[in-house]
Amino acid sequence: MAENNPIVLPYDVAAVRADFPILQIEHSPGVPLVYLDNAASSQRPASVIDGMTTYYRTYHANVHRGIHKLSEQATEAYEEARKKVRRFINAGNKREVIFTRGTTEAINLVAQTWGRANFQPGDVVLSTQMEHHANIVPWQMLAAEKGIRVLYVPITGDGLLDMTAFERMLANNPVKLVTVMHGSNVLGTINPIRDIADKAHAAGALLLVDGAQSVPHMPVDVQALDADFYAFSGHKMVGPTGSGILYGKRDILEAMPPWIGGGDMIERVTFDGSTWNELPYKFEAGTPSIAEGIGLGLAVDYLSELGMERVHAHEQALTAYALERLIEIPGLTLYGPQDASQRGAVMAFSLDRIHPHDLAQVLDAEGIAVRAGHHCAQPLHSLFSVGATTRASFYLYNQPAEVDALVEALYNAKKRFTI
Amino acid sequence: MDDMYRENILDHGMNPRNKGVLDPATIDYEVTNPLCGDRLRLTLRVDENNVITGVGWDGEGCAISQAAASMLGEEIIGMTVDEVKDISREHVFDLLGIPISQNRVKCALLGLKALHVSLHGLDYWRKQEEAAEDDE
Repeated sequence: MAENNPIVLPYDVAAVRADFPILQIEHSPGVPLVYLDNAASSQRPASVIDGMTTYYRTYHANVHRGIHKLSEQATEAYEEARKKVRRFINAGNKREVIFTRGTTEAINLVAQTWGRANFQPGDVVLSTQMEHHANIVPWQMLAAEKGIRVLYVPITGDGLLDMTAFERMLANNPVKLVTVMHGSNVLGTINPIRDIADKAHAAGALLLVDGAQSVPHMPVDVQALDADFYAFSGHKMVGPTGSGILYGKRDILEAMPPWIGGGDMIERVTFDGSTWNELPYKFEAGTPSIAEGIGLGLAVDYLSELGMERVHAHEQALTAYALERLIEIPGLTLYGPQDASQRGAVMAFSLDRIHPHDLAQVLDAEGIAVRAGHHCAQPLHSLFSVGATTRASFYLYNQPAEVDALVEALYNAKKRFTI
Repeated sequence: MDDMYRENILDHGMNPRNKGVLDPATIDYEVTNPLCGDRLRLTLRVDENNVITGVGWDGEGCAISQAAASMLGEEIIGMTVDEVKDISREHVFDLLGIPISQNRVKCALLGLKALHVSLHGLDYWRKQEEAAEDDE
């Protein structure tokens, strides 16, 4: 631990850790678990796990149309979860909060409904070089179908978005949609969303934000950001897998055609055709993942009680400490902004010439879970001189001792892979 | 854990045998594993009796992929193309002599893939992969 700069944490992290069952389990006998793969997925507190089990044990029934007591209870819990999410991200109206299976599904929903209905041949989608595949591939698929082009705003040597290039590309191309991640899952970069929104709107384009790495880690206010679409996943914010949200501004969602057809998203069905249900149900066909929606609501409860300002402050303190210790390691290259205040708690790095697979493997033997590969950002990695990186990512339940454990394991790896 | 990075793996991994492409070569074939950036380029010299007389590897990748390719390369010199066809996935695991977890199978087999695809075609390799998966 750094004696000169004592780390100030906003809450008792030991107490928070006690809420998470998996964190009580050893990796292997005598080896504690150091879980640093939160950008891939987070762990769940007992309240989320138990709440979903309680639903299944005591009030499960199909939602929305039943008159009987169980159906009413299930419906109320599901819709209450939607309202919780609305408050959490400060959406103007609960009709703007659509349940999806995650960020990827949410972005595909927009591409296939808004995109299909609004793009003309020659139109441009402006993405960035740092995007996750979820925010690249759906647009490439649409490009093949609609004759549009996908362009990528470059990043600077510091791993920041090149805003000058962004403005130039906006000015020189018929951009209909700007699509950008709020926080990078590799570089840790936090992008200036409000600034991007203002510029996109001034150029006549809409803005879609991939919020998978931001909503879990900092307060997000979709109205203040003025995003037209905002997508995120439950499993990265202590919620269940298979849950996620697409937020969209009401007038935009109203004008969009539906996506998946079937029950619940309709108002009236005849043999000759059908009319669509109102928002948000127009985009929620079939029996929903009810347990997952309720679980997402419980995750929001947990985070709200802890306070997103404090979660963010906790991560900032950890990030600053981790950066300080990592940069000291000879032969370690850290990607993204070197200034802790400009980044989230995601750290991708290379160490000497050790392949990320081998590094992740030896770290695992010491109980440390990190991720190796391209982290669903192959285009970004093509800009580095290495094909793959190792990534450590922290969350609200990680502690400074785990940074120390990571650093010590990295020094051990250096020794092991020197012949 | 010391299991996985035993001396011989590290040795073959960091100092692979037969490193360096052959030129001229009868076979020159490259495989990649885009999931992690592993790349292996295999060059072979095969004589008129279909005997492999020279092996040369190039590329970059994790210690497991490099070690497996290195060990495999040492073994096939002097074998005929038909004999090489019989080299199984299990044999590569035996050569490595360590437990290979599910996530590292592709690393361990990258060299064998290069060998089989270049000599016997992609379909042959695919069938082997599927047969192995069906067994699970």
